[in-house]
Amino acid sequence: MARRLGTERRDSGMVRFENVGLRYGLGPEVLRDLTFSIAPHSFQFLTGPSGAGKTSLLRLLFLSLRPTRGLITMFDRDVVSLDKDGLSGLRRRIGIVFQDFRLLDHLTTYENVALPLRVAGRSEASYRREVTELLRWVGLGERLGALPPVLSGGEKQRAAIARAVIARPEILLADEPTGNVDPALAQRLLRLFVELNKSGTAVVIATHDIALMDEYDARRLVLHDGRMHIYE
Amino acid sequence: MTGWTDISDPITQRLREAGRADASIVPKTSIAGSALIAVVAIMTFLGALTTGAVLLVAGSAHEWQADVAREMTIQVRPASGRDIEADVAKAASLARGVAGVADVRPYTRAESAGLLEPWLGAGMVLDELPVPRIVAVRLAAEAPGDFAGLRTALARELPNASLDDHRGWIERMRAMAGTVVVLGAAVLAMVLAATILTVTFATRGAMAANRPIVEVLHFIGATDGYIAADFQRHFLTLGLKGGAVGGGAAIAVFLIAGLIGDRLVGTASGDEISALFGSFSIGWSGYLAILIEIVAIGAITAWTSRTVVTRTLAAVG
Repeated sequence: MARRLGTERRDSGMVRFENVGLRYGLGPEVLRDLTFSIAPHSFQFLTGPSGAGKTSLLRLLFLSLRPTRGLITMFDRDVVSLDKDGLSGLRRRIGIVFQDFRLLDHLTTYENVALPLRVAGRSEASYRREVTELLRWVGLGERLGALPPVLSGGEKQRAAIARAVIARPEILLADEPTGNVDPALAQRLLRLFVELNKSGTAVVIATHDIALMDEYDARRLVLHDGRMHIYE
Repeated sequence: MTGWTDISDPITQRLREAGRADASIVPKTSIAGSALIAVVAIMTFLGALTTGAVLLVAGSAHEWQADVAREMTIQVRPASGRDIEADVAKAASLARGVAGVADVRPYTRAESAGLLEPWLGAGMVLDELPVPRIVAVRLAAEAPGDFAGLRTALARELPNASLDDHRGWIERMRAMAGTVVVLGAAVLAMVLAATILTVTFATRGAMAANRPIVEVLHFIGATDGYIAADFQRHFLTLGLKGGAVGGGAAIAVFLIAGLIGDRLVGTASGDEISALFGSFSIGWSGYLAILIEIVAIGAITAWTSRTVVTRTLAAVG
């Protein structure tokens, strides 16, 4: 029996999409009439076939793109009306795990994970303990000083996840976080996301892995041909 | 499972020992640092040399002007039917009567012959040539005196005498010094423009090389100002290094030139150099100007990089 995840409050979406459409340039709409919300503390999978628009939707969610039409509200702010500093403020409340990790190769694992706190203006002394503890928690306690090029795929993935959650974001977006690891590690990483969700972070995991989704009873946002079908 | 903050960890000590806790976000190797330092050093060197040269010429011109302005000359030309010795004595007497005159020295016949000796040879008899006689008038520094009155009195009482206050020479000197200063300012402006352009290209190159890093910084919530400040720190360091190398080399050049000038004192070439450039020393104000240039070059480098980064990010956004 799959475990039910997410203790969301459905009435208060921290992210709301209303009739959102997206097209690149003069091309066809890749996302059409998306209307959904992501509640605090919720857990959901975002899935769909290749080319369905998952990456585009994630880019809208982490404020890398603006919609061509419709309304996106995040933390009660209309994202279209925000200036660049306003967007930076919102991004600090969002954790992102990229499929290709995007760790900075010249910084150690510790420095990569500490980056969001450093950007937020905190001193190294104030976050040193926090970062090392998180790295131990994700199993990288012995790899603090290692540079990303010498980390394995799984280690990079965990470092990327640690960087995404170190600033305790209110929502975590993960793009194929188990795409580059073996099934055992994929299970372990998913348990990590579940623990984060239990600690209060809303989680959106974009994945193709049906077997992984079947492990947990969670909301599924399924994209097909640019339209969304929601399975609560 | 416990939360991560519950775990105590002694590994922080290892981090401290690693000494990388404050590593730069923009990798130093991604910026053409050595080349930029070299260019900034060359620019600072040229700028500092120009500044020193302008100060040297302006200072010497000022000294020449002051020396020349403190002297006047009365020329008494031989005229038929007049006693030139009496005319010289009369001219000296008129000059002494003017307020602001510190000293009056009529050149004797022998002294006048001595002045012409390099051109006409020794043993010359002035009586056979219509050579004017000179009365040197040295002025007190504080009072300009009534020299229009002296000129009028000379014209009235000694029609064969005239007063030369060297005004034309001073004007030419002033114009020359002004031209040198303007040329120096133009060279400095060009050096500054070249430095700004070089830093602009270097910053654009660094931004292109670090585009993935800039993207990641944006995604984790860094503002444009934060990213620009990181680039600015890098370029400030590079600018100050380049400025210190170039400015230091220029200071060394002036110090060595001053030492050589001191060694040549008393020799013929030393006298020539001394006549043209004074002591060939730019003085403490000159060295201070070069130090200010070094700091200014660093600041301009940092400001340029910040401006370029901010504008580029605004355009991308």
